[in-house]
Amino acid sequence: MSSSIAAQRRGARDVATTQAVKRLGSGLPFLIPFVVVAVLFLIIPVLYGVWLSFTEQSLMGNGGFVGIDNYAEAFADPTMWATLGNTVMFTVMSTVPLVLIALVMALLVYIGIPGQWFWRLAFFAPYLLPVAVVVQVWTWLFNSDVGFVNYWIQQIGLDKVGWLTDVDVAMWSIVVLTVWWTVGFNFLLYLSSLQAIPDLLYEAAEVDGAGFWRKIWSVTLPQLRGTTVLVATLQVIASLKVFDQMFIAFNGGSGPEGSTRPILQYIYDTGFTNYRMGYASAMSYIFFAVIIVITVAFQLLTRTRKDKSNER
Amino acid sequence: MSAEILQPPTFVQARARARAERRAETRRTRGLLMGRSRTGRVIALLILAFVALGWLLPLAWAVDTSLKTETQAQSLPLRWFPEGGFTLENYRTVFERGEVFTWMWNTLLIAAAVTVLTVIICALAGYAFSRTVFMGRRMLFALTIALIMVPGQILIVPLFKEMDALNLIDTFWGVILPQTVAPMMVYIFKQYFDQVPQEIEDAARVDGAGNWRLFWNVVLPVSRPIVAAVAIFVFISAWNNFMWPFIVTNNPDLMTLPVGLSTVKNAYGIIYAQTMASAMIAALPLTILFMLFQRQIVKAVATTGLGGQ
Repeated sequence: MSSSIAAQRRGARDVATTQAVKRLGSGLPFLIPFVVVAVLFLIIPVLYGVWLSFTEQSLMGNGGFVGIDNYAEAFADPTMWATLGNTVMFTVMSTVPLVLIALVMALLVYIGIPGQWFWRLAFFAPYLLPVAVVVQVWTWLFNSDVGFVNYWIQQIGLDKVGWLTDVDVAMWSIVVLTVWWTVGFNFLLYLSSLQAIPDLLYEAAEVDGAGFWRKIWSVTLPQLRGTTVLVATLQVIASLKVFDQMFIAFNGGSGPEGSTRPILQYIYDTGFTNYRMGYASAMSYIFFAVIIVITVAFQLLTRTRKDKSNER
Repeated sequence: MSAEILQPPTFVQARARARAERRAETRRTRGLLMGRSRTGRVIALLILAFVALGWLLPLAWAVDTSLKTETQAQSLPLRWFPEGGFTLENYRTVFERGEVFTWMWNTLLIAAAVTVLTVIICALAGYAFSRTVFMGRRMLFALTIALIMVPGQILIVPLFKEMDALNLIDTFWGVILPQTVAPMMVYIFKQYFDQVPQEIEDAARVDGAGNWRLFWNVVLPVSRPIVAAVAIFVFISAWNNFMWPFIVTNNPDLMTLPVGLSTVKNAYGIIYAQTMASAMIAALPLTILFMLFQRQIVKAVATTGLGGQ
């Protein structure tokens, strides 16, 4: 019964489509270039990677089907868990400052300080630099003997810090340079949504006798909720994919005692240095699953908050 | 006649007007939020100046280092103005070696090709999804949305093997083509095209224009802002992309800027002053572009970052 209704509906849609195609012409040819590149460079690699993950590949590329052996090995591999842990740690450590600092800076610029172009230049310019430039500048600043940071730390009377050599500090150093490099992007997103808040809301708050903090708290921040969810989500996804900064900073090594090696680098090392491409693929898909789980969990978390706020 | 000549050109007037509007806007916002209070403004300015200093200092120090000799750079105490004055020696060495310029040229070629291809491919697809009909349109669009979720970084191994099979390792096309798949940009174009008023299109359809004419002569011209936004965003990403060019190229003649620069340290040991000089040269192109097109770039990041909201 229900299936026949569905069929009827489908039939009706087909008729509508056919009529519309007659009127508008089919747009299918316009899709061909995208379909071609998407199939070649995204869909085929995704499927091929799945197949690879069930095989054992060597340098010669001749591999045999090994079933779920690679996945079993990955789950028992402490290095995979350690590098996955590093990646998640980096994501947590970088997302919080990248959202908060961006928000505060955007608010400060927005509350009416002249010379917007200058502040934008100061905060956003680093985002335009190639990652290798950023890392080189910061390894110079972080140099433990003649580096700028340690010099001033010692001038204040503190001990010098092994920014890139100390196990407890290295990840923070990477976070610092990442925040410096990319916060401008989030800053701009915040600034543009701040500018989209209608003046009317502030005028109404003024009439109600709200002061500065009250306006920020009750008008500005609620209006920014959507942007915050977006910025944080984009940031979590971007941070999970971290690779470049660590790889360049440590010349492809893994940092002090492996403390900064992200999982993408472990995948890279496994696939391209040890030529175990099947195993690397299996870990890629485990990582993909982790990304999806984290993203979905994050979405659900922010959604419930949003719903609650609507009820209020 | 002479009065006309004395008038400033219209675009200068327009820019002055825009600037005045922005100033008025800033004043209005300030009034709305902070009233007449001066203290609040001063505190805000101080915090902002302090943070901005933190953001500019690393760059300033890098520029400063690039103008010193190696000995000056590594001698204590640190000085902004070295004894014996600044030198352009590092820049001369970098110029003479010339590799930075090769890398820059490669990056420019690759980023430009990626940008042009991505914009064309994604605009066409966005148009197809937004303003035309065909069987399976919804399903294909849903699939495109799903593809946004796939992080390209996890595909390095299968993609590398595929490129190897296609004989594209160590070629420009090998670097360029995989970067042209941008389902997110298809979505952004579709969202924008959805807002183009149907009436403009209907008028052209009555005149007998086909889809191609409509796309090229009607929809695309009114969508210039989004084309510019996507182009700028894609260009910046391609210019700074490290991982894929690093994996797919070994030949130093084909290296892009991020890849080439990351090898400098290995090849020459630790020579900071010279490294900073090449880093500063590498940083220059996009910085100049940003200064020239600040508003457009800011808008581009805002629109593409917000997913076409």
